[in-house]
Amino acid sequence: MNWAWFHRLGSPPHIYRIAGTLTPWFAWLAGLLIIVALYSGLVLAPPDYQQGDGFRILYVHAPSAWLAVMIYGVMASAAAIGLIWRMKIGHAVAASCAGVGAWFTVVSLVTGMLWGKPMWGTYWVWDPRLTAQLILLFLYLGYLGLRAGFDDLSRADRASAVLAIVGFINIPVIRYSVEWWNSIHQAPSVMKMARPSMPIDMLAPLLMMLLGFTLYFAAVLLVRLRAEILRRERTASWIREVLR
Amino acid sequence: MSEFFAMGGYAIFLWPAYLATFLAIGVNIVLARRAHEDAKQEARRRIAIEDEGPL
Repeated sequence: MNWAWFHRLGSPPHIYRIAGTLTPWFAWLAGLLIIVALYSGLVLAPPDYQQGDGFRILYVHAPSAWLAVMIYGVMASAAAIGLIWRMKIGHAVAASCAGVGAWFTVVSLVTGMLWGKPMWGTYWVWDPRLTAQLILLFLYLGYLGLRAGFDDLSRADRASAVLAIVGFINIPVIRYSVEWWNSIHQAPSVMKMARPSMPIDMLAPLLMMLLGFTLYFAAVLLVRLRAEILRRERTASWIREVLR
Repeated sequence: MSEFFAMGGYAIFLWPAYLATFLAIGVNIVLARRAHEDAKQEARRRIAIEDEGPL
């Protein structure tokens, strides 16, 4: 079997170019999906029978919480690939994830607080789901802080990769916290094995938001990855060509 | 229209939540682009120094 395609796939100039081609597609599709989802979520979807119009916070809370957790999964997987197979691109991807992940963890916490106040009567409780999400934020910040503490890039890559992989244990804790413990947080309405417990006109905007946010992240990740590749490939001659 | 913005009395919670989310979306676009521009500038500077050769 010919493995040339595989090596080309992992080569920095190839990834740099592919990332540049894909970014606008992801970005425009994300923008379109999010705009349609905004209109259908805020205007077309009916109010909830218990939460009234307050439930519409769901349309920004769930996608940002999804991003926070999904980005961590991407980061830990990429870090593991970098650590185990010594593929530098893995470390570059992981390093590109952390900042974005931290931002959306904050957003999920803030939007959750703004939803919790009218529905639970409080901005914050030390509930398993909420606490695990706060730990996720500390993992992201720890990852970024650890990287910043090294002058040597390859040492920063390896140390932060170990942290990212060990911290992955928190992901199933977040996912199953509402089932394992008696959580105040509501159980999943969509991301579960059974049918979603929502009518289609409430569900459709949420699914569009989830897809839109995912594509948005893909676009942001690719731009950050290009920056990361340029920084790492200091002396490569191909950089001369792409910058001309 | 004002009924829409009132959001059934949840306006003071709902709009800040949307604002925070789209603020983060905007900030991350700016940060990613800036990181890429900075990396390109840095690479161009390095290439210019290399081309000048040893002084």
